[in-house]
Amino acid sequence: MTLDARVVVRRGPLTVDVVLQVADGEVLAVLGPNGAGKSTALRVLAGLLPPDAGRVAVDGRTWDDVAGRVHLPTHRRPLGMVFQDHLLFPHLSVLENVAFGPRTRGASRAAARAAAAGWIERVGLAGLGDRRPGQLSGGQAQRAALARALVGDPALLLLDEPLSALDARTRLAVRAELRRHLADFGGSTVLVTHDPVDAMALADRVLVVEDGVVVQAGTPADVARRPRTDYVARLVGLSLLPGVGEGTAVYLDGGGTVAVAEPAAGPVLVAIRPESVALYPSRPGGSPRNAWPATVAGATPHGSTVRVELDGPVPLLADVTATAFAELGLAPGSPVWAVVKASEVAVYAR
Amino acid sequence: MRRRLAAVLVTVALGTAACGSSEDDAGAGPGGSADAGLTGTLTVFAAASLTDVFTGLGRQLEEENPELTVRFNFAGSSALATQLTQGAPADVFASANPAQMAVVTDAGLAEGGPTVFTANVLQIAVPAGNPAGITGLADFGREELALAVCAPDVPCGAASEDVFAAAGVTPRPDTQEEDVRAALTKVELGEVDAALVYATDVTAAGDAVEGVSFPEAEDAVNDYPLVTLGAAPNAEAAEAFVDLVLSGEGQQALEDAGFRAP
Amino acid sequence: MRRARTPAPLLVPAALAVTFLVLPLAGLLVRTPWSQLGTLLTAPGVGQALRLSLVSATVATLVSVVLGVPLAWVLARSRARGRTVLRALVTVPLVLPPVVGGVALFLVLGRQGIVGRWLAEATGITIPFTTTAVVIAETFVAMPFLVISVEGALRAADARFEDAAATLGADRWTTFRRVTLPLVAPGVAAGAVLCWARALGEFGATITFAGNFPGTTQTMPLAVYLALQRDPQAAIVLSLVLLLVSVATLLLLRDRWLGRSGAAA
Repeated sequence: MTLDARVVVRRGPLTVDVVLQVADGEVLAVLGPNGAGKSTALRVLAGLLPPDAGRVAVDGRTWDDVAGRVHLPTHRRPLGMVFQDHLLFPHLSVLENVAFGPRTRGASRAAARAAAAGWIERVGLAGLGDRRPGQLSGGQAQRAALARALVGDPALLLLDEPLSALDARTRLAVRAELRRHLADFGGSTVLVTHDPVDAMALADRVLVVEDGVVVQAGTPADVARRPRTDYVARLVGLSLLPGVGEGTAVYLDGGGTVAVAEPAAGPVLVAIRPESVALYPSRPGGSPRNAWPATVAGATPHGSTVRVELDGPVPLLADVTATAFAELGLAPGSPVWAVVKASEVAVYAR
Repeated sequence: MRRRLAAVLVTVALGTAACGSSEDDAGAGPGGSADAGLTGTLTVFAAASLTDVFTGLGRQLEEENPELTVRFNFAGSSALATQLTQGAPADVFASANPAQMAVVTDAGLAEGGPTVFTANVLQIAVPAGNPAGITGLADFGREELALAVCAPDVPCGAASEDVFAAAGVTPRPDTQEEDVRAALTKVELGEVDAALVYATDVTAAGDAVEGVSFPEAEDAVNDYPLVTLGAAPNAEAAEAFVDLVLSGEGQQALEDAGFRAP
Repeated sequence: MRRARTPAPLLVPAALAVTFLVLPLAGLLVRTPWSQLGTLLTAPGVGQALRLSLVSATVATLVSVVLGVPLAWVLARSRARGRTVLRALVTVPLVLPPVVGGVALFLVLGRQGIVGRWLAEATGITIPFTTTAVVIAETFVAMPFLVISVEGALRAADARFEDAAATLGADRWTTFRRVTLPLVAPGVAAGAVLCWARALGEFGATITFAGNFPGTTQTMPLAVYLALQRDPQAAIVLSLVLLLVSVATLLLLRDRWLGRSGAAA
């Protein structure tokens, strides 16, 4: 366990009280609506905000301990942080931005620049080191910010809505790259986001925070399958299935095939929202392009709907009304056909 | 002679008033005569050093003539001369030196020639108690003292140069002040050991400043001329004010303030 | 960048403002005795006063930057209580009549002053009536201009850049040097220019605290004022010289400082 923290901090009427535990190499997503206190918690981990109570320890070293009156200032914490709008220093070149951390942490000028140049290349910005941040596109700037955060090989990586300032297209590309870099990163990562796709695509575990408290925790799949509140159900129902795109078909790594509206190529993630999945007792007529046989693996009611977990070549989550659930006579183990329109399927590069 | 001229002016003023001009507002209105008391507004431009004395005399004139308002514009003589030549309306101009009076008379603004009504001589101002033991003008040659004189560009500075020349003293001032007031401030604060200013300034400065007189002052007696202005809107009141200044009463007030008879 | 067309309701007052500001200048130019220009300019003391003005205003500006930028930081960033009171106190020299400021300096640094008396007793040094006094008087009057404009720049600057620097291992001092200061450089430059201009034109506090003596304390504004007592034409010429030198300096600096920061902004 490298990050072991309980953060209690009061912000006006809101009291944030969350426990964050992240192992080496693990990515924890803190997911929640705006104003839930996610970023506040992240700022406490960074040391930018003193907690009102609790304790933050990384690799066994105490960074914050309110009872013990310990507060390690931000600049002495071996961490890297990526902000929503990159916050690259406008008066420095990209190379100088990335070399900033190694320099302040004592590296020689040459060593800092060499390390920075290496990371600039790794994030795909080779040749842009001399540019000013103002001359970069949004995606390039966020890549540079990631390089700046990772260059020192920090023990803890903090990502504060790293993709939300990007336009949809750039976001897909940067998300896929981020996923790769996170897989290579040996330290603990805490990702704060209000976008469930970020959480599902990037995180090993998800913490759903609402009004300052954790309402659910688990793997993305767990949380999606068994949402504990309406809010979580709405937020994290998405089924994400890895596969390889070929034209308008995606061959899933798990064996099934999904027809999609937009042509896709190479490794992708297929995303299907549970409310777009329809269930039938037998194969429906009219030969829909996406109709898969499945078995009911579990069912969780929330509100007036029931979230049904389906096993099969295409594992899915489906939201059906309680009435439909009863009429279909579904129970764990029941065979069922799942149907989804190709236009309801989203595809992300991975 | 002067009275006759004034009477002519009044007649002219009355004449224009009869023609429907509104210029009589500030001047002697209909019925305004010495017997019935002065009326309207009298505007006096006077050197700043006359502030106390003239304010008192003006108030006295107002008490004797309840219908009359006396307004003063006290400033440096050169500033006043500039204002007058630029067309500022006034009845009387009292200058602290003949040079600035000449500016006004040369511009043809005066009614008749100026009258020297008082004079001022230089005096050494020292902080109360005279800590540096200043005794005379020769002390202004002492390097180790902090000394202020007036800048040669301003009247008291020009006068100072004259007395130094007459006394054969080479002054070693630390500062050449732009006016007497600035020099006196430094004496009051004890930041200079002595400043060469006018006797009236020493009198006006109060207890924080003492005066040391010196014989060479007689070499640079500064005359104060005053004049009634040709375009005087209230010539009758102007005449009355000039008479008051020249009267025994006026001269006594000037003497009390440190001025001396011309 | 699109060039905005000025709306009419702004254009008229703006034109009035220009007229109001420029006409007195035109008046000076019209009244300049061009034929006597050479004689008046080469008169002894003019070069001396000009040099003293430039040197003392520049030193006063340097002192203001060295002391004023940190003060602006404290006002903009520190959470210390009494900051509002501090800010009000700092801006006092702006509203204080300069002559009163000069007297106040006497009360502290004069040979009878709180500090000055001690200084004179301990070292024999007295400050009034020296070039140092000119610099002190100018700094006293001009520094608030720098402090206010730098504080404004600091408040407008995104403090999250400082957070970012901290997460990159920079302590507060490094952050200030390498991030905050470069970010507010245009504000510092603008403040320094204002400060320099104010110091260059300083009259009241200087003539009170430093006095007037050619070569040591007589700056151009003092020379102008005194010339006005004797020879208004000479005063006009001297004002013109001061004006031209300051405008030329500001234009030169604009290319070097403001030009670059303008491009970055």
